[in-house]
Amino acid sequence: MEGSNQRAGRLILGIETSCDETAAAVVTPDGRILSNVISSQAELHARFGGVVPEVASRRHLELVVPVLREALAEADAELETLDAVAVTQGPGLVGALLVGLSAAKAVAWANRLPLVPVNHLHGHVASLYLQPEPIEPPFLCLLASGGHTLLIDVAEPGGFRVLGTTLDDAAGEAFDKGARLLGLGYPGGAAIDRLAREGDSGSYDFPVARVHGLDFSFSGLKTALLYTVRDLSEDELERRRADLAAAYQRAIVRALVARVHEAAEQNAASRIAVVGGVAANSELRAALPEAAFAPLPLCTDNAAMIASAARYTEAVPFPGYLALDAYASG
Amino acid sequence: MARLELTSSSPEETERLAGRLARRLLVGNVVTVSGELGTGKTTFVRGACRALGIEVPVTSPTFTIGHRYPGNPDVSHLDLFRFKGVSPAEWGDLEPYFEDAICFVEWPEAAARVLPPVRVAVRLSHVDREHRTIEVESDDRQLLAEVSGDVDARV
Repeated sequence: MEGSNQRAGRLILGIETSCDETAAAVVTPDGRILSNVISSQAELHARFGGVVPEVASRRHLELVVPVLREALAEADAELETLDAVAVTQGPGLVGALLVGLSAAKAVAWANRLPLVPVNHLHGHVASLYLQPEPIEPPFLCLLASGGHTLLIDVAEPGGFRVLGTTLDDAAGEAFDKGARLLGLGYPGGAAIDRLAREGDSGSYDFPVARVHGLDFSFSGLKTALLYTVRDLSEDELERRRADLAAAYQRAIVRALVARVHEAAEQNAASRIAVVGGVAANSELRAALPEAAFAPLPLCTDNAAMIASAARYTEAVPFPGYLALDAYASG
Repeated sequence: MARLELTSSSPEETERLAGRLARRLLVGNVVTVSGELGTGKTTFVRGACRALGIEVPVTSPTFTIGHRYPGNPDVSHLDLFRFKGVSPAEWGDLEPYFEDAICFVEWPEAAARVLPPVRVAVRLSHVDREHRTIEVESDDRQLLAEVSGDVDARV
């Protein structure tokens, strides 16, 4: 009994509500995931053609307690036996972040636990530190998702340094809007990935803007696809859709890979890692065979990565965190 | 409402035009930026942000919904592309972005009934690969004159 309490007493509860997902997870100090619950809204997205019926913190509010309960139950953990509560503090939609932050404060305060405020981007990087195959810094990390596209230098697990970022659209957004232009379903990244396998990626040449330094730009690519699609008749579009998807995907992947290699060279990085929703893309995975990719369930927003990051982040001791605020950017 | 219609032949020109508009804006002003995918809405907002002294990357908030750039004054950048109408609960999330800031709203149509009074309504549309039509609507004729002035001088 004492042994099991000792194990349970060192658990970290993670909570993430920065964007669409309400998520909670329980992780051990050595990075084993005991539970990782995500209330994915993907089904709802699909039903409403990519438009969410309600993009509001109220949705998080409805889900946060059931998701928390499920994460604890799956991990066979009790609130009283937690060691710390980790929560995403930003960046994200402030109202959404506040739901998770308030829940985390309540759980931590009621149980006299420390609270660990985590940066969402650090969380994505920390998805790589989880079992069963954790990787250790130093490495160069590409974080590519719907909301973010960053090149990050990771020297130690507690921090990260941004080397480059998108100047307009995120890579995941480029996938999503491309899918919309091609009349594909949601989520767009997966739809393009699937269709691209049937197409000839050499049949169209979509240029990707070369921008200064290690930054990215995908907005022009989206516009190039738009004009190509506009010039096609309905029938032609139907026939060429797979080719367009393949060529478009190739352009995004090439741009990402080229920048990753440049950054690796400039920073003498011995290791490359890829995290975020776009890390699930099969062509990107194939194009960077030497890279470590986040496991598929940890690519999209989740709370296990937040709990993981908390292991390398300074905790705020009880009860000093009640005034802690969420931040929108940075 | 007075209305002005201009043609931009490059993203740089769209940014410059937005910059001239931005210099007339005050804290609390709301600017809607409408137009199809790829017409340059984010480019327009970026140009305005640069003129307002925001130096960080101004990126599309389609997935993140809102950005708020600290400055003097702050500049908010909302994108309602993923919204289907705006419920009172959703408005509760968006409202803080309008407080003590100049606020640009992409894809404003979903929020037509809940937005605070709009100082300037901008609509971008495709002409061809390079060119965009930019319509600017506002009660403030001097603002429109300022937005157009430089273009006339250059053309």
